[in-house]
Amino acid sequence: MSDRLRDRRGLDRFEWAFIAIALAILSAGVLSIYSVSPGRQGGAAALYLKQIVWILLGSGAFLLMLMFDYHKISAFAYAFYGAVLVLLLVVLVFGKTSHGAQRWIPIGPFAFQPSEFAKLALIMVLASYYSKAPREGWLQRVVLPGLIMAPGLLLILKQPDLGSGLSYLVIYVAVLLVVGIRSKAAGVLLVFALMAFPFLWEMLWGALHDYQRERIMTFVDPGYDTAGKGYHGLQSRIAIGSGELLGKGLHGGTQSQLKFLPEGHTDFVFAVFAEEWGFLGVLVLLALFLGLLLLAIDIAVKAKDELGLLLAAGLAAMLGFCTVVNIGMTTGMFPIVGIPLPLMSYGGSAMVMTLAGLGLLLNIKRRRLTLFY
Amino acid sequence: MTLQEHGAQHEDLRDLQRHLTFLKVGLVVVMGVLALRLWSLQIREGAYYRDLAVNNRTRAVLLEPARGLIYDRNGVLLANNAPSFNLYVTPEDVKDRDRLVEGLVRLIGLDEARVRQKLSERGSKLAPRKIRGGLTLREAALVESHRLDFPGVMIQAESQRHYRLGPAAAHVLGYVGEISAEQLERADAAGLHQGSIVGQYGVERTYDASLRGRAGQKMIEVDALGHEKRVVATERPQPGDDVYLTIDIRLQQLAEGLLGEEAGAIVALDPTNGEVLALASRPGFDPNMLSRDLSPKQWDEVIRDEGRPLTNRATQGQYPPGSTFKIVMAAAALDTNTVTPDSKIRCTGGYQFGKRLFKDWKTGGHGPMDIRQALVHSCDVYFYSVGQRMGIDTIAAYATRFGLGRETGVELPSERGGIVPSTAWKERVRREPWWPGETVSASIGQGYVTVTPLQMAHLTATVANGGTVFRPRLVRGITERANGVYREFAAIEAGQLAIKPEALALIQEAMAGVVTHGTATRARSSLVTIAGKTGTAQTVALRQGPEKDIPKRFRDHAWFISYAPVEAPAIAVAVLAEHMGHGGTAAAPLAKQLIEAYVALLHQDLSTVEGSGGPPAESADVVMLEAVR
Repeated sequence: MSDRLRDRRGLDRFEWAFIAIALAILSAGVLSIYSVSPGRQGGAAALYLKQIVWILLGSGAFLLMLMFDYHKISAFAYAFYGAVLVLLLVVLVFGKTSHGAQRWIPIGPFAFQPSEFAKLALIMVLASYYSKAPREGWLQRVVLPGLIMAPGLLLILKQPDLGSGLSYLVIYVAVLLVVGIRSKAAGVLLVFALMAFPFLWEMLWGALHDYQRERIMTFVDPGYDTAGKGYHGLQSRIAIGSGELLGKGLHGGTQSQLKFLPEGHTDFVFAVFAEEWGFLGVLVLLALFLGLLLLAIDIAVKAKDELGLLLAAGLAAMLGFCTVVNIGMTTGMFPIVGIPLPLMSYGGSAMVMTLAGLGLLLNIKRRRLTLFY
Repeated sequence: MTLQEHGAQHEDLRDLQRHLTFLKVGLVVVMGVLALRLWSLQIREGAYYRDLAVNNRTRAVLLEPARGLIYDRNGVLLANNAPSFNLYVTPEDVKDRDRLVEGLVRLIGLDEARVRQKLSERGSKLAPRKIRGGLTLREAALVESHRLDFPGVMIQAESQRHYRLGPAAAHVLGYVGEISAEQLERADAAGLHQGSIVGQYGVERTYDASLRGRAGQKMIEVDALGHEKRVVATERPQPGDDVYLTIDIRLQQLAEGLLGEEAGAIVALDPTNGEVLALASRPGFDPNMLSRDLSPKQWDEVIRDEGRPLTNRATQGQYPPGSTFKIVMAAAALDTNTVTPDSKIRCTGGYQFGKRLFKDWKTGGHGPMDIRQALVHSCDVYFYSVGQRMGIDTIAAYATRFGLGRETGVELPSERGGIVPSTAWKERVRREPWWPGETVSASIGQGYVTVTPLQMAHLTATVANGGTVFRPRLVRGITERANGVYREFAAIEAGQLAIKPEALALIQEAMAGVVTHGTATRARSSLVTIAGKTGTAQTVALRQGPEKDIPKRFRDHAWFISYAPVEAPAIAVAVLAEHMGHGGTAAAPLAKQLIEAYVALLHQDLSTVEGSGGPPAESADVVMLEAVR
């Protein structure tokens, strides 16, 4: 059965919207990176150009994930996951150390970050597991998939990469909840817990003394730079806040331009955007993210089978979690754990992985009408 | 699949779909919370944050890295860092610029124009600028005690390059200085900034990337006067890597001492691997002085100095090789079979070419000479004749094989390559045809031919080791600061000299004869067998009267190239003494002293235990000085 030959339909309105939103967010990201690229003044290679290269590479992954039926792709889920585990081991042994953590495998001029691909692999593995196995009892429902997930989580935390580890864990919990919640009450409770989390966090975390927080953070993440992170948080809030309603315009961000804001191209790209485009720009950006995520959930809801539904739900959960936590940490609602903003933060592995995920989502959408039984 | 199973699965799917509704609702709510938070930051508190951003009360202060240390081949410390006080001003915090400038001029005597220029240079107003380095403790204390009068002024304790032995090996070590605007523009300036100290000359410059390290920074919160209130964050600087030279500083200092007040250069190489053992150029300079914050006037004085102390005569001085060029001539003549070892040419004291008589240095001539004798006694007529037979292009081809006419590639900036003239060269550079008469003077290393002392030492080393060309090297190894690993550089073999081994053997033999019974008997040593070749490079074509009556600046340059011991060469030396007359009298004794000293040092070092597999051991006083950096 040749999927490639059959799938020659044009894009429908839904699919156009999905791609257009993704492109809009990508452009906002490149623009913000361009704005803080040291390359503009000559010297180091311009980061925004590299980011565009990553986006092109990611588009290849996007098309690849779109081309073949997702059932066929999922047939490789365990193999993919196994390969990622091997790469995570390789990172621990041979990896490149940056900021006190070993996360990268250098390949020529680029560095490859397997922990990003671990997330995608986990979604695929969990989706194929739940769509095939009977889901009766605790063992099959929670423990077995937990055992599948655990080695990846341990390897990521060993690096240590708190941010990736957290998103990885969230994928597991999210898929588990989609599969597992039987009662409406539990679902409502969960939603409220999620909503209340930021406020609870403020209450609990805010009540601690600085040195207590530091102790906790250095316990969880040995690479945590106590003085530096507090400083980053403040500078990030100053950058965002001083953007006010209309923003300071491209290159107008004094905070990011003057390098008060560190990591303006990676984890804090949202702060750069908020400083330069103001609250109005931020609202548009939030709407774009919300739109993309809602479309993703819609794909999950309308998927023709459980595999598609779980894949899409896992992807939506991962993208949603990273988006919310990243914006939450740049605005000072969450502690700074180093989670990049999907489609916007500079980084090759994350970009390729995210675009591959979007390709998979669109794949599920496009194949929901094709009958296979 | 039965209908019933399908129905059950469908039921399952619908169950899952319902769960997703929660996800949707949750997402909308959380996004709403984020929007609310952003509203709070940007609209409700926007003005407050704008104020913080405009009057940003935090400053990033760069923490300069300690430069890597430079050692000689035996681990003797040559360059380290001493503490020094530097004056910085943050333009943003200066309330009254005129008052500040006037105050600094009055208190510590800064040059007013320079301070104003530094303050008005382009760049961030929030970044502290280095106005003056190397303040004395007293000056620093004076400024500190007036800090309330001068908002925005800051004294930072940093390190200042210190060359322990002053002018010793100055041309090799080089000096450091503040990065220029032009240097900052370049691509390799990544990580550098206005006020960065970089190598400007010598190994300091060529190995700057290793030596410089990486700056760190300190985020400080400042009060309304721009003075530090507290440190918010610190990123420690990463010190530079340590460099071990191939130079033996004892030999280097001896070589410099041998030249004394005279202008000239001495280069000593290890013929077995191309390591530069000594590279002296006189007159020299004190790199400590040049590494300090010099005023334009002081710079002017250095640059205008008649003796051109900043020129490294060993690598940048281009001199006619004189009779030392006969080594190349002999190799060419034997290799092309223009002459056999036994064929003789009668020297009558002159060589008639057309209307012109080219004289031999020895009035009356040497009589019949074979090639060995011609080298030993440096007979000009023999080589006039041989050169005429080979033609300039053959001579040029062989000179090129010996590495003349191009840089040796030693790790020093702005090395010169000298000139190997040929018909093509003259056509290209002078746009004139080559005159056959010019071949005659080229045959004895006069006319257009020029070489650097380093090239001649290199040539000698190649002859000494039997024809293996090693690229001259100044750095033996580097100890990386990050991991403490010592990386030793391997010898760079650039190829094999394309000349018959018999020809080289004959030249070696003749060079030994030069010292035992030829033109350089003054280089004869009771300690070690030495081989060599003298040269006298004319500076002016026509001269009359005895040497002593000629003004010094018109006198000939004295050359002597040599190696020792003849049986197993361990050192190759080229000596050039400017305007000192004959090579045999002025240059040969210097080479002899240097060679004898080296042989003595080798014996001395052999009797002490030599470590292996690590950086050369440090002596006790070196370890003590280490603490200063």
